[in-house]
Formats: sequence, structure tokens, C-alpha cells
Amino acid sequence: MKIQVTVNGKAHEKDVDPRTLLVHFLREDLGLTGTKVGCDTSQCGACVVNMDGTTVKSCTCLAVQADGSQITTIEGLSPKGELDAVQEAFWNNHGLQCGYCTAGMIMTAVELIDKNPNPTEDQVREGLKGNICRCTGYHNIVKAVLAAAEAKRS
Amino acid sequence: MTTRIFGSGIRRREDPRLITGGATYTDDVKLPGMAFAAILRSPHAHAKINSIDTSAAAAAPGVVAVYTGADTDGVLNPIPCAWIPPDSDVKAVDHPALAKDVVRYQGDAVAVVVAENRYQAEDALELIKVDYSILPAVVNPEAAMQPGAPQLHEDAPNNQAFHWVAAGGDTDAAFASADVIVKDTIVHQRLIPNAMEPRSAVATWTESMGELTLWSTSQNPHICRFLASLVTGVAEHKIRVIATEVGGGFGSKIPVYADEMITSFCSMQLGRPVKWTATRSEGFQATIHGRDHVEHVEMAATREGKITAVRSVIYAGMGAYLSTAGPGVPTILHGLMYCGPYDIAATKADIYGVFSNATPVDAYRGAGRPEATFLVERLVDLLAVELGIDPVELRRKNLIPKFEDGHDVASGITYDSGDYEPILNMVLGHVDYQALRQEQARMREHGEYMGIGVTCYSEICGLGPSQVAGAVGFGGGLWESAIVRFHPTGKVNVYTGVSPHGQGEETTFAQIVSDELGVDVDDVGIVHGDTSNTPMGWGTYGSRTTAVGAAALVLAVRKVKEKARLLAAHLLEAAEADVEYADGKFFVKGSPDQSKTIQEMATMANVAWNMPEGMEPGLEASAFYDPPNFVYPFGAHVAVVHVDPDNGHIEVKRYVAGDDCGPQINPMIVEGQVHGGVVQGAGQVLWEGAVYDDNGQLLTGSMTDYALPRAHMFPNIETLFTVTPSPHNPLGVKGIGETGAIASTATIYNAVMDALRPLGVTGIDMPLTPEKVWQAIREKQGS
Repeated sequence: MKIQVTVNGKAHEKDVDPRTLLVHFLREDLGLTGTKVGCDTSQCGACVVNMDGTTVKSCTCLAVQADGSQITTIEGLSPKGELDAVQEAFWNNHGLQCGYCTAGMIMTAVELIDKNPNPTEDQVREGLKGNICRCTGYHNIVKAVLAAAEAKRS
Repeated sequence: MTTRIFGSGIRRREDPRLITGGATYTDDVKLPGMAFAAILRSPHAHAKINSIDTSAAAAAPGVVAVYTGADTDGVLNPIPCAWIPPDSDVKAVDHPALAKDVVRYQGDAVAVVVAENRYQAEDALELIKVDYSILPAVVNPEAAMQPGAPQLHEDAPNNQAFHWVAAGGDTDAAFASADVIVKDTIVHQRLIPNAMEPRSAVATWTESMGELTLWSTSQNPHICRFLASLVTGVAEHKIRVIATEVGGGFGSKIPVYADEMITSFCSMQLGRPVKWTATRSEGFQATIHGRDHVEHVEMAATREGKITAVRSVIYAGMGAYLSTAGPGVPTILHGLMYCGPYDIAATKADIYGVFSNATPVDAYRGAGRPEATFLVERLVDLLAVELGIDPVELRRKNLIPKFEDGHDVASGITYDSGDYEPILNMVLGHVDYQALRQEQARMREHGEYMGIGVTCYSEICGLGPSQVAGAVGFGGGLWESAIVRFHPTGKVNVYTGVSPHGQGEETTFAQIVSDELGVDVDDVGIVHGDTSNTPMGWGTYGSRTTAVGAAALVLAVRKVKEKARLLAAHLLEAAEADVEYADGKFFVKGSPDQSKTIQEMATMANVAWNMPEGMEPGLEASAFYDPPNFVYPFGAHVAVVHVDPDNGHIEVKRYVAGDDCGPQINPMIVEGQVHGGVVQGAGQVLWEGAVYDDNGQLLTGSMTDYALPRAHMFPNIETLFTVTPSPHNPLGVKGIGETGAIASTATIYNAVMDALRPLGVTGIDMPLTPEKVWQAIREKQGS
């Protein structure tokens, strides 16, 4: 099937097998490997991307479902050479170790802060519960998201 | 040494590529002409393979090849176990990469399909017909050793993989004369490590050169190369293993698995690159599990609370085959640590390694030491109850007094340095222990159940002296090496044999070099993870990367600095003895104006226009470091929990980790290691556990069924530190990667039992799920 999607501001028209998962389309057809596959049950959130303003788990979405949509992945979150406030905060606060969950965490956090610019710690923790990190114990991720929210407010 | 950046929590240099999606993990590697492999796994825990029909799969769209065990005969050697503890009658049974006649666990590899894309490969798997005769299975390691249990391997009667005993002091006499003995049966359930990056391999065979390149999700690429050469028959110098970006390991990426060797085999057969990446479900079945102990343990003491002996009989599950380091975990890394931080005159560990129809078991964060700490700390708490002594006072009474350069313990090992009371006092003061106890008493009056768990620990890491590695049956050395190379422009590259995968050594190693050489930290590049451009090393595990790898680095740096100093003396026309170094400059004693920077020396050594007689050009050095001993970090942790007796729900209200890992290169990274370890340990006590049914079917086979800690399940972690240098490595550093997981399981467990004590509950098998806690309370209340 032919689909048209705009990913990180760039329009693509591609012929895809209807069963192709969005994450495989992004990673293998478009070469955007920043989005990760961490599980196959929609649990871990490593594959989170933003589709038309909302986060989706791209391992649980077909590429054809993305037809006509605007997608942002970690590669397109900030202009080249710049960092989004959330990326910067993850870096400043040691909000990552192995980095594998990081793209999904950051994409989730960006939406979380967009919807709630002044979240409490509990709200951040609730908001991240669809993303699994095995390295950090979440402590510094939560700290990073709170710091990013503060940076975006000021 | 002028300290500039050692000890500073600078941001990690690894992060820019990781926060922008720019890193290349194994599954991100894409090679021209690359095909994809998918592996058919046994759905049965134990079965005879009667026949395999691959014809339909071979004819499926996109399929390039299908291979079974028969195709690997004479080509692929069995997957080796590389840790054979001596004097323990280890049955190193054959572990074929692809099962031939019998499958022994659900997940055992049976066949592999290679296709043009991963969807086609997965499709074709479903077309392979395997005719099995199902055999009876056994999973529990203690049950597996009982008469009549299903037998896994002809060469291992009673499923006994090994029997290892470590004893020091007169344990029998201590128990015979004890005033008090406390006992328990502890089940360390199987845990599934679940590094967030699934295992993956990309193999590419260059037929004309006879060379194999293997991208592999490995914590130890040089060990991978070594073992891959044994399995594939390709000479070690013709194998290149690349593991530069690895998404977490926690021990699960130490082993050399069948799957990576199968992928290599496919590439060698087909002459084209082949990628295999585990699905998460595959990872649950076919990546090693951790723990799996059934322990019968006891502690002897005097009425005054002096602990006199600890002993155990342990059935340690090995799974269906011996994984790379499997047998070393419940033996060397466990049975020698029964003293913990206490002065205990006699310990005995009696360990049976047991085959069972389940995924192989190997090192998982802490690897043997969480089990040892749990065993000791659980028994200390039971003893405190038995004697009516406050558990903290009982611990204090038994702590080994401060020592700075060696302390022998009953098991025969020598701790390096320890000062256990200050960190205990620090955490107790931080939480105001007495106030907590008063609050607990008040809450109990209102039917509210708060529990306080306090543990002290000492652990063995920084693996370790090679001579000891040989003596304990480790199939390799445990030294490290580093090359430090100045380029003509004064920039530095370090090539290290360790292989960090999230721990941040690209940053901390650069901090060390920057301090030692006086160069800007940004002028130092750290190269790791590729056997083609790094020196031999034994990898990143056992909290050894800094204690051993950075020690090698420091030695190499100091050699470079000395060479630069001699060159500076030559160029300054000064006597060698008169040239000193400070802040990146060499100067003539008493004439600081007469100086040369180390960068100038780098240039001059590289152009070699004017070298002292006999001095080789270039400014680089390599060094090897074989530590004289392990390192022994220690600490004291406190957990405060609330248990709701109406529903069994446990809430961890506070967690305080007090640790001593010696001097800290980057405190931010140290704290991060503690946070992650603590929550992994919490996972074991509260949520995680592999569950098999009686037929050996893994019921917790996905992240839907296996409860991993999530952000809302644990509070912020309060970290405190003391600094007690190790006397025997050049930086005085100890390990910090595993301490959190080593201490937190016991700490939280003790806190929960402390909360439940008024309700009569004294023990519950982990994980302490609300249902189990609720049931235990109900049983005690007889309703």
C-alpha cells in the first residue's frame, strides 16, 4: 500500500506491506534508528514517537495507520546542533545510562510537559509509567523531567 | 596530584548521541545485502526431537536458507561453559547451538531461517514442522535432585551439575555449642534481567579473507571473540567483535550464546551479512536468568548476640545447560561471602548446582552476592527477634572493626579495607532511627504497619587477580590493559579492553586522564568495545571496570607522562632529575619559566626531530594491570515501608543507601549506579519473578506478565557516602555497579517483615506481591 507521511518535517511517499509496523517503517525504510524496539507487547515505550501531536507506541501501530500524518521522532525533536529542553535536562541530570529507553522517555516527557507545564513529581511518575528503564531506577529521569518543565516555563 | 576534574560530576560525553537518536546499537547496523535470521525455539521444556521438516519453510517467499542441528555437525562446536570451579565434579555437558536429539528448556534453539527480511523469516518459522515426543520436566532445583526426578543429561546423574563446598573455621563445633540457632529456608526466585536492548547479532563473513566480523550485544567483546573462535573454528585473529554501543546488560550480556554463534554460522554458510535480533519474548526464554536458589540456612550465636557461625545447603539452579559463567556465580561469588561485614569465626557453604528444564542461569547484577547478603541479613534479623535485641545493635555488636590494609575472614578471603560503623551511623542519623522506631510504635497502636529494615553489607568485586581466576576455575584472566596515545596535535586517545554499556566510562576514564596529564577533558577520547582497535581485556562485569580497567589506564598514563618528562628534559637541556611536572607542564626545578607543555612534547615526540639518544619516537604507552586482590565495597542501607494489612499492598516510603566505594571519579555517575541497583534489587523483593508451570512452561514470558519496576512504584533514593580507599589499586577505587542490588533486596525484605511482625508473619517467599502478603496475614489471623 502507498502511504504518505511527513516525518520530522520531511514528506515521504512509500509503498509498504500493509502489516509493516510503524517502528519498522521508521527504522528500516527511513533509516531513523533512534526509535527503538524494546518489547513486543506495548509495555516498554522505547518506541514512542509523536504522531499528530500525540505520543504513540510505534511498535503497536501499523505504518498504514500513519498515512497522512505528521510524525516527530527523536531525530527531529530539535534542529540539528540544538537540543530541546527535555534533551538538555536528561543530559544535565544524568537521566540516562545505556540510552536505549531514552528516545521513548524523552518523547513521552515532551508530551507530558506540553500537556502539563508544571507537573508534580507524582504526576511525572504517573506520566512515565508506560516507559520502562532498567538502568536509572527512574530517580534521575524524574528529576530531568521536572527540570525540563521548569526550564520550559522560564 | 592536582585534582581538577577527578571527583567532579561533569555531564557524560556519551549522552549527546544517546539523547538525539544518533547512537548505533547492534540492531541499528545495516549492511549491504544483509539477510535476517529468525530462530525456531522449542515450545516444550523437555522433549525428544523425532524429526524436523523444513521443506515448506525453505520454499516460503524470501527464504534464503533453513538450517537445523544436523547442518551444524562438524561445523559448529558446542557452546562452552567457561567457569568450572575446581574440586566440584562439574558436569560440563554438551550444549549444541541448535538442539539435535533433545530439547531441554522452552526456548532451546531448534532451527534457524534466513530470509530477505525479518517478517519473511518469522513467517517461515511457522512452516517448520517438528515432531516431538514430550518428556517429563522439572524446574525447581531442589526437586530436580530428588529421586525419580526427570533426568536432563545422561552424564549428570540426579541432575547434579556440580557440588562445591567452602568451609572455614569449625562450623560444626560452633553450631554444637551455640546458645541460639536461627534457621530459614530462602527461595531466591528466578529473575529475568531484561536489559532494555534485546540481544542482537550481525555477522558478516568475508570468504576471501576467512574473516568473521560480529556485532554483538556483549559486555565483553574479547571474551566473545575468544569463545566464538572455539565454537566457529575461525582463528581468533580472524574474528572481529564489535560491541561499541550496548543497551544495558546487568550480566545478561556476559555469556556467549547459541544465537550469536548460529548467526555467525549462517553468514559463513551464505557468504552474506546476517542479522538476528531477539524479540522480547525470545529474550525472556533464551537470555539467561538470574538467582534461582533454594537455600536452607542457619546462623549460630551466643545469648549475648555474638554471631559464631553461618552455614547453608543450597540448590542453585543452572537451567538446562551451563552458561558461560554460570557455575561461578553461586560458588565463588556467593559462598565465600557469608561473613559480610561481620566478625564470624566459621562459615560453610554447601552448594549443589542443579540442571533443570529451564533457561540457563548466569550472572545477574550482584551475581551471588545479593543472595549472600540476603542470607546473612535475614538471619541477623531473625536472630535479633529471637534474642530480643534491636537489629541495629545486634549488627553493631558484630561488625568487623576498622581495617585499612587487609582483613582475613573465615571463608579464606582477605577483605581489602573497611570501616563499617561510620556509614551505619550516617544512615541511622539521616533517618533518625530512634524517632522512626517511636513512630512505628505509635502507628501500631492505630493498626498501621510501618516497617524499618536496616542492613549492613560488604561485597566482593573488581574481579580480580588472574592467579585467583585460575585457581577458582575461571577460564580466562581477570587483568585489564590500556593504551594511551598522544597524537601530534596534543590530543589523546585511550584504548581500553573494558566494555562499558551504560556505566559512563567514556566520561570517567577521560576525567582520570585529564587529571593525570593536565590536558583538557575534551581533548581525551576513549575507545572501547571493538576488538580490532582495543587491547585485550576481559570486559565489564563484576564491578571491575574502574577498579581494574582504570587502574591499567592510570599505569599507562604515568608511563606516557614519564616519557614526556624525559623528552622535556632533553629539549630544555636540563638534567632529567631536575625536570618536574605540574598542571600539564614540565619545568626545570626552580625555573618555572623554563617549561614545556605536555602537548608540545606530544608534537615533538610524534615528529621525532630531536629525540634523546635511545628514545623511541611517539608518545604512547600500554600497561597491564592485574590486581593483587579483589575490592570490597561496603555500606548500610535503610528502608521504611508501610504495609496495608487489608490488601497486602507495600509502599516503600523511604530508601536510604549508604555506600563506600572509595574515592569517586564522578559522583553523579556513582549515584546513578546506586539508584539503578537499588531499584533492581527492589524488583526482586517486591515484583519480579519468573514463573514456570509444572510442565516447564514459562508463564511470565513477556513484559505484560513479568512485573518490572516502573516510575510510579518506587520513591526517590537518598544516597550517602563515606570514602575508604582500597589500599591496593592506584586510584583507591572500589566498585559501585552492583552495591544497590546487593543491599536493597535484603533491606526491603527485612523492612516488610518488620512491619508484619505484630501480625505474626515471619516469612514470605519473594516477590512480596500484595496477594501473597494478604494471604500470609490471613493465615496468621486464622480467617
